[in-house]
Parts: sequence; structure tokens; C-alpha cells
Amino acid sequence: MTEPVAFPQDRTCPYHPPAAYDPLRGGPPLKRVTFFDGRPVWAVTGHATARELLGDPRLSSDSQNPAWPVPSARYVGLLNRRTPLLQVDDPEHRRQRRLLIPSFTLKRVQSLRPGIEETADGLLDSLLSRGNEAELVGEFALPMPSKVICRLLGVPFADHDFFEEQARRLLRGPELSDVEDARDRLEGYLRRIIEEKQVRPGEGLLDEIIREQADVEGEFDPQELAELAFILLIGGHETTANMISLSVFTLLQHPERLAELRADRALLPTAVEELMRHLSIVEGMLRVATEDIEVAGETIRKDEGVVFSLSLVNRDESVYSHPDVLDWQRPARHHIGFGYGIHQCLGQNLARAELEIALDRLLTRLPGLRLAAPAEEIPHKPGDTIQGIVQLPVTW
Amino acid sequence: MSAAPRPPRFQVEVDADRCVGAGQCAFIAPEFFTQDDEGTSEVLPGREETEDDPLLHEAADACPVRAITIREK
Repeated sequence: MTEPVAFPQDRTCPYHPPAAYDPLRGGPPLKRVTFFDGRPVWAVTGHATARELLGDPRLSSDSQNPAWPVPSARYVGLLNRRTPLLQVDDPEHRRQRRLLIPSFTLKRVQSLRPGIEETADGLLDSLLSRGNEAELVGEFALPMPSKVICRLLGVPFADHDFFEEQARRLLRGPELSDVEDARDRLEGYLRRIIEEKQVRPGEGLLDEIIREQADVEGEFDPQELAELAFILLIGGHETTANMISLSVFTLLQHPERLAELRADRALLPTAVEELMRHLSIVEGMLRVATEDIEVAGETIRKDEGVVFSLSLVNRDESVYSHPDVLDWQRPARHHIGFGYGIHQCLGQNLARAELEIALDRLLTRLPGLRLAAPAEEIPHKPGDTIQGIVQLPVTW
Repeated sequence: MSAAPRPPRFQVEVDADRCVGAGQCAFIAPEFFTQDDEGTSEVLPGREETEDDPLLHEAADACPVRAITIREK
């Protein structure tokens, strides 16, 4: 019998699944992998089974469950923290999500578009004024979504250095103590912002929730709102920033695809879907079984851990032909890059708009864009966090 | 001359209690679905009963919580 594959592992190429996952590709949709602590966990790699299981209420997102699978030593310290929305089950999850969805509807996102375009152009103006070289993560990919989510939440962008640094420590450590401390600082910061807003209301999602909860329910939990704001702030800029940086890198490595986009901007919406499928920046989504589940000829036992390898699910050959090829013509819809089930990304419509606008403005404003370092020297993120580029030196 | 057979009609429904406000249906098939101010999806007025359309099935299939039903009448 072959040894189970260790999970997660680092990517070799920033936009392909780790070569070490090759034994997990094809074959049955559920396989055994081993986590860093030696624990065997079910890895879901088949598209149909992933959708079936992500819709199954017997798979829980509750990280407070003692049987919760931990993918990396760095995350052990967060187990005793509540992570609303993402790591809770219904009905609590549903109550929290309902507070937020009015702010993320298609109509709302449509109304944000001019502001997002202005933000992108403003950053590109200052980047162009500094010469013909830039580090695109720090000068564009990160501040753009950061500004957008700040405006949406009603959090001052002036503090972005602080929370971007804390987000970096939270997601990449390097030490366990960094992760815990970063979370404390961010939550404390947001608690203070919320307390200030209770005295001096402003404009933004947080202000709306404070107003509504005060009016309708007569009760308001500032700690829960700080925790939700924390999720939105991190979720709202780290993920999108990684998609922007990794998309740009991937396009520069695929000159034909880039030329097609330059020639026909109408391809952008489908290109965004294909990039979401192809890049699958959230590699491993976790769940724990609360009952025995029979699926795809296997039994997931109660208390067993399950990890959805989004990069492998999104390259399931039975659904996507030539899955490793980047192709604007394929129907990439139904990828699970935004997840699936009750937890499917709340901000997906905003993320799509941001990625589309970021790529459109970059193509227009920097027509000669190219890497300023050899591709193989460009650092990418480790396997146990959201995938993306660490630093992207470019010229034009 | 006999009348042409009537094309099949479909009844479209969104289960508001299941809907999680992802907006996939309104994104894929805006001719059929919209989101109310609370983010809950609904069938556009007048489109509850309709002729068949591939986008309708695509929207139903994309719904992350399977809240859309399409029944042939």
C-alpha cells in the first residue's frame, strides 16, 4: 500500500496544485491524506462529491469541536477563539450571515463599481508617477481591495499599514504567538472603532448594523460585531489581493491569453471565472463529521476530519477537459473557488467586480507590463495559507 | 390544420428559507431572478411561470443551497 500523501504542501508553480498532490488526482473522489500531526483526514478531490458534501449538514464548520482537524501547527492557538460566520453552523451562522448579506448583493456591488474604478486608477496614477518599476503587491494588489473594504465597512484606510501587517502575521506567522497576538490586536482595534461609532455614527456597513440592531432588536453585541468586522476585513482584502497578484503573474506567464484579453475586454467576466477555477487560492477547506456519512462508496465516521482540496476539485477531469490549461472559452462556471453550500463566499460578487476592474485598469494603464525578475525567483505563499504572490516586481 | 403543440411551461420557485443570499441566480439569469433589499433571492414578478430556458437550469444548478425548483407544469 502506498503512503498517504501529506497535506497541505507547498505549490511548486504558484498557479498549479502542488506536484506532490499528483497521486490524489483522478480516481475515487475521496482519499486519505495525513495532516502535520499525523492525523488521517479525508481529502475530497471530486467535483460532484465535493458539492454533495458541502451541502451536507452532517459536516460541521465548528472549529470549537474537539475533533476539528488542524492543518498546521500555527493554527492551534486559534482553536479556542470564536470565528463567527466562517466557523459556526446554522442556526447561528444563518443569523450572522443575514446581518451582512444586504451589503453584498449584486445591486450594492454594482453601486460600488465607480468607487472601485476610482480607487484602482488613483493607485495606478501614483505608481506611474514614481517611474517605470513597481512592486505590484504592495503598491496595487493589496491596497486596492484594502481601500474598498475599508470604505464598505467604514474603517479608516489611514490605519491600513497596521491591519495589513496584522493580517500578514495572522495568516503567515511565522510563530504561533504572532497569530494569536495579531488576532488580539485586530479585534481590539475594531472594538475601539465600533465603540467610537456608537457615539459618533458614520457611513458604512458597521454603522448600518449598529443602527439596525439598536432599532429593531434593542440589543447589540459589540464583541460579536468586532469579530464579524475582523472576518470581513481579513476576508475582504487578503483573498482579493492574492487573486489580483496571482492573476497578473499567471497572465504574464500566458502571453497568448493576455493578448486575447487585451484585444477583447468583453472576455474579462469569463476570464475572472476561469482564473478563479484555475488558481483556487483557498487550497484546503475544512470540516468535521458530526455523524457517520456514507458517500462515494466510503464511510466518513463521526469525528473524522475532511479537507476539500479546491485546486483538485476545480481540476476534476470529468468536469473540465484539459483542466490544467487556462482557457477563456471553457464554461468555468460551477467551479467551487468561492466554496459551495451555506458558507459560499458572501463577498463573491464584490470579489468578481474587484478582480475584473483591477485587470481592466492594469491592462489599460500599463500596456507594456512585464516581470522585472525571473519568474522562478518570484516568491509565493506557503501551502498552509491562502495562495498568492508575496512580492511581484514589475516594469512596463 | 392542427395547432402547433404548446411548448412546455415551467413553474419557478425560490425557497426563501433556504436562500443564503449568494446572488448566484441573479448573476447567471438576471432575466428571471433578483435579490430583495435583504439579499434574499426571488423570481422576478411575472416570470414565475415561463417557457424553458437553459439559463434557468444553470441558475438552479449554481445555487449553493439548492433553493431553486423548476417544475414542469
